[in-house]
Amino acid sequence: MLRTFFLMATAAIGASVAVAPALAQQNEQYVPALVYRTGPYAPNGIPFANGVMDYWNLINERDGGINGVKLAPEECETGYATDKGVECYERMKSKGATGAAYFSPLSTGITFALTEKVPADKIPLLTMGYGRSESRNGAVFPWNFIAAGSYWTAADVAIQHIAKELGGADKLKGKKISLVYHDSPYGKEPIPALEARAKQDGFTFKAIPVTHPGVEQKSQWLSIRQDRPDYVLLWGWGVMNPTSISEAAAVGFPRDKIIGVWWAGAEPDVVPGGAQSAGYKALMLQHGAGKYQVHADIEKHLISKGKAQVKAEEAGHVLYNRGLLNSMIGVEAIRTAQKKFGNKPLTGEQIRWGFENLDLTAARIKELGFEGMIKPMKFSCEDHQGADEARVHQWDGKEWKIISDYYTADRKILDPMVKDASAKYGAEKKIDARDCSKES
Amino acid sequence: MIAFGQFLEILIGGLLSGVLYSLVALGFVLIFKASGVFNFAQGAMVLLAGLALVRTLDFLVARGLPFWAAVILGVVFAAAVMAIAAFVIERYVLGPLVNQDGLTLFMSTIGITFVLEGASQMIFGADNYPLRLFPTDAWFLFENQFPGGILVSKLDVWGGLIAGVLVTALAIFFQRTKTGRALRAVADDHTAAQSVGIPISWIWFVVWLVAGLVALVAATVWGTKLGVQFSITFLALKALPVLIIGGFTSVPGAIIGGLIIGAGEKLAEVYLGPSIGGGIEYWFGFVLALAVLMVRPQGLFGERIIERI
Repeated sequence: MLRTFFLMATAAIGASVAVAPALAQQNEQYVPALVYRTGPYAPNGIPFANGVMDYWNLINERDGGINGVKLAPEECETGYATDKGVECYERMKSKGATGAAYFSPLSTGITFALTEKVPADKIPLLTMGYGRSESRNGAVFPWNFIAAGSYWTAADVAIQHIAKELGGADKLKGKKISLVYHDSPYGKEPIPALEARAKQDGFTFKAIPVTHPGVEQKSQWLSIRQDRPDYVLLWGWGVMNPTSISEAAAVGFPRDKIIGVWWAGAEPDVVPGGAQSAGYKALMLQHGAGKYQVHADIEKHLISKGKAQVKAEEAGHVLYNRGLLNSMIGVEAIRTAQKKFGNKPLTGEQIRWGFENLDLTAARIKELGFEGMIKPMKFSCEDHQGADEARVHQWDGKEWKIISDYYTADRKILDPMVKDASAKYGAEKKIDARDCSKES
Repeated sequence: MIAFGQFLEILIGGLLSGVLYSLVALGFVLIFKASGVFNFAQGAMVLLAGLALVRTLDFLVARGLPFWAAVILGVVFAAAVMAIAAFVIERYVLGPLVNQDGLTLFMSTIGITFVLEGASQMIFGADNYPLRLFPTDAWFLFENQFPGGILVSKLDVWGGLIAGVLVTALAIFFQRTKTGRALRAVADDHTAAQSVGIPISWIWFVVWLVAGLVALVAATVWGTKLGVQFSITFLALKALPVLIIGGFTSVPGAIIGGLIIGAGEKLAEVYLGPSIGGGIEYWFGFVLALAVLMVRPQGLFGERIIERI
């Protein structure tokens, strides 16, 4: 009798222990993170991943989730490899009560691969500042959200900044601008936009590829020494960026005539070069380094309690801030979707609606603690980018200094390119473009 | 004149880059020469040695130790780490595989690679850690003859000098010391070497230790050039065509192979690259190696092995 009682009690306790997480899971929003904390691109992948995870954890710790729905984050290591990224995606897409909320691969290669998969799985792909530039067109790319800026935005703004330094767009005529790029889908993305600007402004454009991972660039920079371009644009990632800066220093190319894309403008890109990096400039995906109100919250709710992934001294670094922003946009998309579908875990399809109707006004940005980091962004069915602004900052040897006001990319040049490229993609993949006037 | 100046600059730069590849290739040659094993883990060993050195250096300098003292202690610590790695590899991986087929031993080194890559990043971190042991600026030679002069990187010249010293030291070690001769005997035949009383586990420990120390030297030069970070492991791939050309068993061959690959790939990138899309230097070395393989399968300086079937 006593034995039966113990057995039944054990079974009851066991069942309750098993049911509790299941019930908790039912009211949690599963948020997957494709990260790379190891491998050749880890120095850049780690701070971004820390930012992504810390913001989600902040939402849980400070607010108790999004309107009471706790976030359930999980990381998967991709090593920046497309095959591993796809493997992670397949493993994570159906997890949680309602499946994955959205994916952010932080890799143009993985983005290209997942762009083919997400329409079938109905999961949004948030690619803030990277990925296919033409995916701005939500009519053809309903699931991609290239928030804040594309590589075509970046290319256009870089040329605008050079024109400003030279004293006007008319001064670009006859100048030589070279692009040193990572020989991958990522590095090749800006080429059409730069060719279009070269045609319009009359400068000579030369594209110089560097093979992954970019540890050997001597011949490229010896060519640059001979060509003597007026400016070099740098489209690198990971170890390629500090190597470019070191090689530029070795051949005596002035660092203040190099402008990196926003993925070549963070601390891991300049710190290894030491004094050689001083003067180097890079675009900002609106934000740069520095601490804002959101960092005070992270300090209070995570760092001081030992719950943060970031080291205290690295909170405020460029890529950490970008990780925070990435998660903030995702969280606000979920919050927007909850207004329509209710305060509960939502499906990817419902969250896609949230992204498409996300309106980050100046007042909302201030409430969220991001005032000063970004300008307002508004997404729609037609526009999955939401913004066209970028700034430029310069490394002074110790820290990044913002040296320009906001530039707005010239949509007269870029919009036809987006339209043509997305129409071509749609025709290739046999996609019927949505009629955005009928979307609600 | 400008064109010739450019050619000279690229040629010299390529030759010196090639010597830096040789620094990594030497580690492969050592282990192959002494144990007949193609050590796939050599790139990971460079990473481990570099991380152990730079992290100790940073730790000690942050605690107020003078830079030179920190360098000495850092090198000693990194050498100790490589010794521990050599001991563990011999004891738990290669030791149990004595008298196994060469391919089995090669496969085991692939396993060692994954363990070393993961462990070194887990213990010492996965960031990019700057290392500044040598000057990284350049000389500009013959400025009167060529406009802008001929650029020669000081770091590359340091790399060349270090490689020269290493090759001399290794040649003496292999030819003039008892242990060096024992290493060669073990390479020829494990079982025969054991039967004449050569302690094979000790010999394998020594050879992995020496390869580890060569990896440490390579890490000091490449770490100064690139910072110490994971991509340093890719140097193993750059060393592969060097070995094919120079021969897997020849120390001087590793240097000559490096010179050919370095100069060949740089000249190809600058003069051939633009007409076929650029970015060719990464694979051009392998094309050169393939050409050598077709004419001389054992490499330019490798031993011609005739086996009875």
